[in-house]
This record gives sequence, C-alpha cells and structure tokens, in this order.
Amino acid sequence: MDFTLSEEHLMAQQMVRDFAQKEIAPTIKDWDRRHETNPAVLPRMAELGILGINIPVRYGGQGFDYITLALVCEELERVDTSLRVIMSVHMGLNSMALLQWGTEEQKQRFLVPQARGEKYAAYALTEPDAGSDPVRLRSTARREGDVYILNGEKMWISLATKAHNILVFAKTDPHAEPAHKGITAFMITRDMKGVTTGDIHGKLGVRAGSTGWIAMQDVEVPVENRIGEEGEGFYIAMSCLDNGRYTVGAGAVGLIRACLEDSVRYANERVTFGQKIGHHQLIKQKIAYMQQWYDAARLLVLRAGWMKNMGQRNTRETAVAKWFATDMSVKAALEAVQIHGAYGFSDEYDVERYLRNAKGAVIYEGSSEIQQLIQADYALGYRKDRPLRCELPAYDPEFWQNEG
Amino acid sequence: MHVVVVTKNTPDTAATVTVKGDGTIDWGDSLVVNPWDEYAITEAVLLKEAHSGKATVLTVGTDEHQEALKHGLAIGCDQAIRVWDGALDGCDSLGYAEAVAAAIRKLGDVDLVIFGRELADIATDQHVYQVARKLGWTMLGYVAKIQALDVAARSITVNRLTEYGTQTVRSTLPAVISVVKDINEPKYPTFIGIRKAAKAEIPVWSAADLGLDAAALQPRTQQLRYQELPKREGTVEIIEGATAQEKAAKLIDRLIEEKVL
Amino acid sequence: MSQGVLVWVEQFKGKPQAASWEALGQARTLAGGGPVTAAVFGQGVEAVAQEAIRRGADRVLVADDATLADYRFEPFVALLAQIVREHQPAIVLAAATIAGREVLAGAAAEIGAGLLTDVTDLSLEGGKLQAVRPVLGGKVLSVEAITGDGPQFATLRPRAFPAPEPDPSRSGEIVAVAPVLAEDAIASKVEAMQEVTGTISLTDATIIVSGGRGVGGPEGFDPVRELAEALGGAVGASRAAVDAGWIPYEHQVGQTGKVVSPDLYIAAGISGAIQHQAGMRTAKVIVAINKDPEAPIFKLARYGIVGDLFEVLPALTAEVRKRLG
Repeated sequence: MDFTLSEEHLMAQQMVRDFAQKEIAPTIKDWDRRHETNPAVLPRMAELGILGINIPVRYGGQGFDYITLALVCEELERVDTSLRVIMSVHMGLNSMALLQWGTEEQKQRFLVPQARGEKYAAYALTEPDAGSDPVRLRSTARREGDVYILNGEKMWISLATKAHNILVFAKTDPHAEPAHKGITAFMITRDMKGVTTGDIHGKLGVRAGSTGWIAMQDVEVPVENRIGEEGEGFYIAMSCLDNGRYTVGAGAVGLIRACLEDSVRYANERVTFGQKIGHHQLIKQKIAYMQQWYDAARLLVLRAGWMKNMGQRNTRETAVAKWFATDMSVKAALEAVQIHGAYGFSDEYDVERYLRNAKGAVIYEGSSEIQQLIQADYALGYRKDRPLRCELPAYDPEFWQNEG
Repeated sequence: MHVVVVTKNTPDTAATVTVKGDGTIDWGDSLVVNPWDEYAITEAVLLKEAHSGKATVLTVGTDEHQEALKHGLAIGCDQAIRVWDGALDGCDSLGYAEAVAAAIRKLGDVDLVIFGRELADIATDQHVYQVARKLGWTMLGYVAKIQALDVAARSITVNRLTEYGTQTVRSTLPAVISVVKDINEPKYPTFIGIRKAAKAEIPVWSAADLGLDAAALQPRTQQLRYQELPKREGTVEIIEGATAQEKAAKLIDRLIEEKVL
Repeated sequence: MSQGVLVWVEQFKGKPQAASWEALGQARTLAGGGPVTAAVFGQGVEAVAQEAIRRGADRVLVADDATLADYRFEPFVALLAQIVREHQPAIVLAAATIAGREVLAGAAAEIGAGLLTDVTDLSLEGGKLQAVRPVLGGKVLSVEAITGDGPQFATLRPRAFPAPEPDPSRSGEIVAVAPVLAEDAIASKVEAMQEVTGTISLTDATIIVSGGRGVGGPEGFDPVRELAEALGGAVGASRAAVDAGWIPYEHQVGQTGKVVSPDLYIAAGISGAIQHQAGMRTAKVIVAINKDPEAPIFKLARYGIVGDLFEVLPALTAEVRKRLG
C-alpha cells in the first residue's frame, strides 16, 4: 500500500496553498466581518484553472485526479471555508455530475465552459421545507412538448446569485410511488425567464461565502437540459453527494489543520505561570487530539479519493470521511478557541471564524445525524449499494490528460 | 528568442539556524527556490511568451537543486538543464561563473541571461557579475523594468535601480541582467506546467561536457566557519541622561557601535 | 607596487559616496605602512580626488572622461582591472554599494582573483584577507578568507566601518589615467537618470520607526516620520494606532499587520503586546521609547529610553542629522 503522494499532487497542493495564503488570506477576515463575498476570488480561481482541476483536459479541465481535488480543498479551507464551498458546488455537485451523467452534448455545452472557469456552477436540491428529507421537495417540472415548465423555490444554495449553470431537482411526477422515483434533474441557467435569485445574509459562519435562494416561476427548460432520464433525479442527486461530501470532508481536514497550526503557534508564544503554554499538560492534550483528528480525517478522505480514482463505488467511505472530518473540525475549533483564551473569543485571531465555519459543515451535505443513520444502515445490512446506470469514471491518465 | 534564467535552491531564511560547536550550521534542511529567482523565472517566462521564444532554466549544483529546476518548468520554462560534476564541489563564485558561462556558450543561441538580484542564503551577488564578465556581455544589474526588447534589432532597454535613482540604459544583445522585486508579480505554477515538470527528465552536463579545466575551477576563497551573532544581553540597557538630548546622543553612539545606522 | 591597498572610490555627479571613505579607512589599517591608492572614475571629479587625499589616500588615480560620466559596467570594470594589473596592489577594496559590488566582482573575474562581498569585519591573517559576513537572512555570521595568490578583493558593507575624518593637512599625488574602452566599444548607453526618492516599503526597510498608542493622535506621527526620514527608514505603527485611525493599515506591524525584520526597530509609545512583538521581534536591534518603565516592550528591547517620545524623538532626529549628515 503506497501512501506517498506524487510529485504532481504535491506541486498542485503547494500552488493552491500559495495562492490562498498570498491572495486571499490577508483580507479574508475583513470580508467575513462584513458578510460580503470577495469578488476577486471566483475569477482568480477560474484563471488559475482551479475550477477545472480534476476534469479531463478534453473537457476544458486540468486533467488531475480525484485525490488532487481533496488536496486542493484542504488548502482552500485552511484559509477559509468560503473558498472550498466554491469547489463543493461548482465541481463536486455540478461538474462531476455532468462527468458522470451528462450526454456528450451536455458535456460540451455545460462542462467545458465550467471547467475552463468561463461559467460558474451550482446545485439546487434543498428547499425551505426539504433538507434532510429531499424526497419532500415540492418543485415541479411539467412536460409540455419539448420543454419542461419548472416551478418552485430552492434555499441555502451556495453561489445562487453568482452561478450561470444550476443543477436543479424537481418532480416530474408529484404522485409517484415511491415518491423518490418522481424526481428529475435539470440544468437551468440563471438568465432563463422566470428565474430569480437573492442572497441570504445573517449566517453564523461562512460569512464571506455566497449563499442564497432561487425561485422558479414557469421557467421553460428545454428537453436537452434534462440530465439523465425522467425519474432518475433522486439517484443523480444522491450520487452528486458522493462528490460534494468528498470535498466537504477534504475541506474539514484543512480546517482541523488550521486549528492545529494556529494553536501550535500560539502555544509557542503565550506565556503563563512562567512558561510557554505548550508546556502545560492540558494544552498538550488539546493539541494531541487535534493532531490525531487531522491524521485520521485525512486518511479517510484520501482513501475515498483513491477509491474514486480506481472507479470503485465509494458512497459509504466518502460519507464516513465527511462525517468524521466535519465532526472533528467542530471539536478542533472549540479547542483552538479555548487554547487562545480571551483572544480566541475575539476576532483578533482567526480561531473564532474557524468555529463558526465548522458548525455549518455538520449541517449541510448530509447532517451528522443523517451520516450516522447511513453508516448504521450499511453495517446492519439495511442499505446496499445497487449499481448506477452511470458511474463516476475512474481516473485514467491517458483519457484525462490528452486533448482527445 | 532564447532567454536563460539561472537559479538554485537555498536554505529557507525563515528557518531557525543554530551554530554547532564545530563551526558548522544546522538549519533544518528545508530548501526553497532562491526567493529573488521567483522574479527572474517569471520574467523569463513572460518574455518568452511575449516574443514567441524559448526559456531555459539552468542550475549549477547537485540534485539538491532539482526542485528549483522543476519549479522553473512548472512556471512555464521550456527546458531545464543541470550542470554538475565532482570537480565543481567547493568551487567559489569564479568557478561557478566559469561553469555558467560555459553552459551558456554551449547552448549557443542565447540572447539574454536573467538572474535574481542575489542569493538569499550566502547573501552575495558576485557570481552574477562574474558570469557577465566571463561571457564578455553587458551587465545590467538591479533591473526594475524591461522597457523594450527588440530581438531582431538586438537591443534591450531597461530601468536599473540605484541608490541615486532610476537609470535607463539601452544595450545591445546578448546581455546579462539581474532583477529586483519591482519587475513583476511572480507567477504561480500552472497545472499543465506542474504535470510537465513532474514528468521531465533533466539532463546533467559535466565539466567535460563543458570543456572546463580544473585550474579554472580552483577556488580563491574559502569559508572557514560560522559563528553566532553577538549575544543579546538578557536585559535592556536603559539609556540615562540629564536631558533628552544627552540620552539621544548616547543612544546614537550605541547604535553606531551596533552597526545598525 | 605589489604592496599597498587600492580603493575604488565611488561618486555621483561629482559628489563622493560617503561609504567609500569607510573603505579608505580600512585600507589604511590593512596597508600596514604601505601605500594607499584611491581610484576615481567619472567626469569633473577633481574635488572627489582632493577629498580622497584628505581622507587618507596617498595617491589618487583619476580617470576623468565623458565615457565615465555615468556608471556603466563594462568601462568601469575594464578600467579597474587594467589598473589592478598595472599597479598590482595586494588588496582592492570598495564600499559594497550597488556599483561597488558590480565593479569589484567584474574586475576580480577578469583578474581571476578572490572576492569577499559585503563584509562587516575585515582583517589580515598571514597576509590573507579574512572577513566576517552576515548570511542566511542576517541570522548567522560566516567567517571567510581569500586563499589564492595575487590581489585580494573585498567590498565593505556601508555603515559597518568608521569613516576617517578629513585631514586638510594631508597631501598626496593625483595621477591622471586614461579609460580603457572608447565609447563605440561600449555596448550600453545611458539614456536617462531619474533621481527619485520614493517611500521605502516596510518589509524591505533596514530601519523602521514605529508609533503606538502613546503618540496620541494623527499629528503624533509627525516626530515619528521625521526621525524615519532622517534615518532613511520606513514608518510603522501598532494596531492600536491603526485601529484608532491615526495612520493607514499599510503601516501596521504585528500579527495582523506586517512582519518585519529590520536592522533597527525603534518603538515609540508602543507597549509591546504579544501581537506586536510577533511582527518585529526578529529585528536585529530594538529600541524602546516609552513613558512607562514597566511596559513589556522593555523586556524585548536592547536599548530603552524612559521618557516622553515628543521630547526624545526630536532629540534623536537632531542628533542623527548632526552625526550622519
């Protein structure tokens, strides 16, 4: 079992680290304080090719593998969660869905510009009344000739007001039995008539991130924009989560690292009772746990990435990585604030932002409670993975790196 | 147009350095690309793009410097070359300059050689000027901006920073320049460049390949040992005096002794 | 003469580079009774040659020519190398200014001589130059020596050595020398010289004067700025002063501002909280000026003055202008 990362992995990781530390870190606290999104972020990530990192070159991407995606997410979230959220929705939930489920024509029309960073992408499953229970969603899609008419409201959608292409889920058959078989997936664009969007403010965390709502009023969506088949939407939505969760878990690893590194630095500076606090045992304990959580969370995420590279179904492994990494990131942030004492309680240091950001990740992309049910059901044999009509392609360097 | 950027890895100056009992140092072995070379490498890539030319990244050193070459490739240089030979071990700036000049001559079609302002670790730039002298080319140091580069007309115009102001100088090509931070914003490696760098097989040229003779590589200087900076006394020296003027005078005395003024 | 020391004296528009006199002073020490020769290149530099004699040169070789009016690498290097070949000094020195480093390095390459750059200490051990140089970001000193035969070259860090006072009673020989390269043999042409004094960036500055809560208001930064200007340094500030709106954020030194590592950091009216310390503690010499003798900054500083910064800073500025010109 070879645990070494390749030269490409390490160089790509270093490049994103340098970008995030040099260009975003210096002002992120200001943007977060103001609950505003730094407008420079998306275009820069686009320009540097980060928005297409693991999409094949022939589809406009950079041709790196799924493990590289995890490393990139770790580095982005080390600086701020809002950066990683971009990758979660643009890449994990939307672009990778096109890679897995899109027709060749849809890949050319949507995936290529997204991978090039010419268009931004988002994912709209959640509604005001449907979060953990997505089957409850109420958006409808009525077939009329060669269009579908979409109505409904989506909420808590990252990049709602910024994305060009949005993957939405609506019921083509509101009376289906079982209900989940009535859901269909569509790619809409924000400039379609009847689409309105708005920002949501007042979040506890990820304040520099763009989160909003999308309202669809008799939106005409051409048949060519339907992703997959009618009634396949739920399976598509769930398979998207395999990739969204992957980025969330990977990002949480970066958040744990942020807590650990900041705490180590502070512990080597702050003096109480005549010595640096790193010499006090209770501080050592907190740091030890953070190190353990980082090591374990990272390995879980990388294992999931390896399975994706191999083309192996990884729903359970990705879910457990997300659950563990995000839960531990909250704990790490709590400990980091504690280590910083009163300074941790003020925004003079970054640790309070880590804590507020960490809390979101245990709620979205499958709350920790949902994750526990998932793991138990796999273990108990109540849940088994059935093959999907379309699987996420394994990483094939030849296919990914060449123009084709 | 062919531009060559010369680089190497240096110890990370952010590292903690300890002087050991035997006069050698321990810095934790973390190497980075010489910070000034980031600007040089970026400038080489910008120039080759603007002039549809070629950029080569060159180092003289052991495979410890392979990273610096890969970094150059990842930023966008077209090829990398390493010069090394046991005969070069322990050579000083003159031997180094001989080797670089020989490599430039071997490449044959070089229009411009770019260095970073100085080496951050050994805090010297003499090798830069000595390469220029060995080649017999114009040397333009501390370049803050390349105003114009006309490869066909064999002309380059630069702004050089000096203590007295900014000097605009025009010279024929080929030339050697060193660059300062003002010249550009260092580029990040591109992902395509990273892939290319990871796959690159970098040739190594020996002293024989370059026709270097041992006499030319004989060092004329020697590093004897390292020593600690003069120890900082634990307590502060409070400057006393009857008036502010008296205290000020005494403080200036101390600061001049400390060689910080 | 295969004895004696040659010093390349730099000048700009007929005004000598002060650091060159420091090299001349060292030349006298190292010459050990042998002759000290200065070399001056430029146009209309008679006064510089005279000053060199007052500062200790026994003889000045003056190349006064249009081709040397502006500094350029090729003619200056060719000429110095020629002079060294002809006169065979045991040692060749210059101040480690931009031009000094270039010219001596180029000449040493042409001669095939050893060179030590930017030294802060220089001595002779068994006839060979030995020097101390700060390396690795100034964290450690390297002791180096010339080993080869023939002329030994070194450039001296400006302000690291004392400059001899001018002695008007001294006399010496001024000898005209001709440049080596004709104008049409010189590839580079100077098109313009923009004499500009820009503001020095905090992270590049070797000297920083910072103000904190103690300056009391935006006007309180005036004495800070004046001292910084007199020292050729940059202006810094603590977070308290920036948050209070007395000075823009780009001057902030500390955890959430810039991390600096100057040779000299003067903290005026700054208490020295841990966040500020994190931004400046690697400064080579820290000077604290504060009314409060218990301020934490005094534990970090090498030198301190307990007093009113509005009295102490102007006094320092006056003293600096008097001593260092």
